[in-house]
Amino acid sequence: MLTAIIAITLLALVLGVILGFASIRFKVEGDPIVDQIDKILPQTQCGQCSFAGCRPYAEAIAAGEVDINRCPPGGEATIQALADLLDVDPKPLDEDCGVEKPKMLAVIDEDRCIGCTLCIQACPVDAILGAAKHMHTVIANECTGCELCVEPCPVDCIDMVETQPDPHTWRWPDPSHVNLQRSKN
Amino acid sequence: MRSPVSDFPGGLHLPGHKSRSTQTPIYKTPISKQLILPLQQHIGEAAVPIVDVGDLVLKGQRIARAEGHVSVCLHAPTSGKIIAIEDRPIPHPSGLSAPCVIIETDGEDNWQERHPVIDFRQLSAHEIRQIVRDAGIVGLGGAGFPSFIKLNPGVHHSVDTLLINGAECEPYITCDSMLMLERADGILDGIEIMRYALNAAEVIIAIEDNKPASISAMQLALAARPELSDIDIAVIPTRYPTGGEKQLIQVVTGKEVPSNGLPIDIGIVCHNPGTAYAVARAVKYGEPLISRIVTVTGTDVKHAGNFETLFGTPISDLLSFCETKRQPDEPFIQGGPMMGYSLAGDTLPITKTANCILVGVDDVAPAKDPLPCIRCGDCADVCPASLLPQQIYWYSRAKEFDTARDYKLFDCIECGCCDYVCPSKIPLVSYFRYAKTEIMNQERERQKSDLARERHETRLERLERERLEKEQRQAQRKAALEASKKAAAKKEPAEAENTVDDQTVAEEKN
Repeated sequence: MLTAIIAITLLALVLGVILGFASIRFKVEGDPIVDQIDKILPQTQCGQCSFAGCRPYAEAIAAGEVDINRCPPGGEATIQALADLLDVDPKPLDEDCGVEKPKMLAVIDEDRCIGCTLCIQACPVDAILGAAKHMHTVIANECTGCELCVEPCPVDCIDMVETQPDPHTWRWPDPSHVNLQRSKN
Repeated sequence: MRSPVSDFPGGLHLPGHKSRSTQTPIYKTPISKQLILPLQQHIGEAAVPIVDVGDLVLKGQRIARAEGHVSVCLHAPTSGKIIAIEDRPIPHPSGLSAPCVIIETDGEDNWQERHPVIDFRQLSAHEIRQIVRDAGIVGLGGAGFPSFIKLNPGVHHSVDTLLINGAECEPYITCDSMLMLERADGILDGIEIMRYALNAAEVIIAIEDNKPASISAMQLALAARPELSDIDIAVIPTRYPTGGEKQLIQVVTGKEVPSNGLPIDIGIVCHNPGTAYAVARAVKYGEPLISRIVTVTGTDVKHAGNFETLFGTPISDLLSFCETKRQPDEPFIQGGPMMGYSLAGDTLPITKTANCILVGVDDVAPAKDPLPCIRCGDCADVCPASLLPQQIYWYSRAKEFDTARDYKLFDCIECGCCDYVCPSKIPLVSYFRYAKTEIMNQERERQKSDLARERHETRLERLERERLEKEQRQAQRKAALEASKKAAAKKEPAEAENTVDDQTVAEEKN
């Protein structure tokens, strides 16, 4: 009887020590939920969700303060991904925030630019290059298409243009849509 | 001569339809008035033009240089004048345009000075790769991967086998078999150079057994060169897609290329006979890659055959040379009936990857709307990559791309066997191509959004730093101001005392 109790107690102690050690030594840093949400958001930093960028919106979603349907650039795909992550029902995009648009790119009309630097200050990702009283230009690869530079321009020389696919970025069409169209015809 | 040691799973026995285009020798296509040369005819970075509009160029003159590591040069296929460098429609399934150099030919066909190498053994492997790169040589089997990279075993690998892929398994296409038939010696020259560059232990030339003429031509050429007696010819059974790189390796060597791996990982390098021939021309004769053999065939072609065609030749010129029933702007297929894609447009040029132009396919089934998948499993039986096409189809259709990827979507070689056998006529490969480009697009978007996040965070940090610095400066200025005020205040009473003292002194004096 006594032997059994001592044996079990010892065993429990030893295993407990091993478990305790393992929980410290092999601790897995969980990916905090805010980071996961932030990863899904498109990072346009456009503020259409009424927050000052994607990260603050992600923090608000994580805190449960706002809905997941306030991101027009991300559109349906982002809402679906957020719904999957947070295990909630997807909702249609909140129209107060805006509508889903194709990807855009800001283009400065270099003849009209007066070099006021206002757009440079507005750009959330530092994608506009230029200096005071010198012509500015947009680094096309780094522009997120947030449109924040359009408003401040005093001479209205920034246009948003739809990005055109090139053979590198071209995607094969969805065959189920193609078939649908054919059966409609 | 060796026989196959193994087999690959799945595959199909397809009617070859090859005899139509093998009745006549290889013809040279006449020089067109205009040549349209896309700057990107290979996998990797587009070449960068080094000529200007109005320049006169000679045949073989470099007109664009390689940009970045995975890239090759581009040359003028004949002499003439550069009349434009602009976007033109290119032979791509998207039908989009891309930058092209347009040459107006002068009909003189004047070569620039060529620098042949008498004995390639005097060169280092690196120098040979440089020549191959400068000559603009890419894999001529159809993918167009820069060949000089595949002539570099790299530091971590050694090459056991150089495999020359003369299987040409796709129906209708005969450009490789005609090349082997007519220019076996040139191919052997190229193989010798490639083997030297790769330091490969053995060389095997694999040819399907439905090309007896090509096999005997290669054998004869080999027999005439005793120094190459260790090169082996493997005659392999005709079954589609045995010419797929991984499938061919499995058949000839019995080894399997790992998923996500490359043949070099198991010590094998595969090259097309056309590429070997191009390497020989580049090294032995100093001629860059400016033309290729193109099969023109199909039910609507009157003079089907193989044509040595300059790059940039409008496909419509080639087709009218062969006399087809095709009407202007009617679509045609580039590549074979299984893996090719439909193109439309009369100004599309012949590029480095155009192995076959197919106009009109025999016994074509009328296009039907696909029926639901009945899960018969026929697609899985014929898949040469041992995939489960019905599952990947299911997930691609439902846009569950991650799951499709887990089912090894990217091991699919798009051979079209599953499409061919599907009783419901589901366009499976179209779904796989769609899913692949969607996944690649997602990956690009993710990278772009990561970059945007990083830039945004850096910006916020910078603004914060600037704010702090400003505050600090203000605080300093304030402190400095206060200090100077204090100093002034201190000085004032001292001065006042001084005046008092002066006064007392003055009073005392009085």
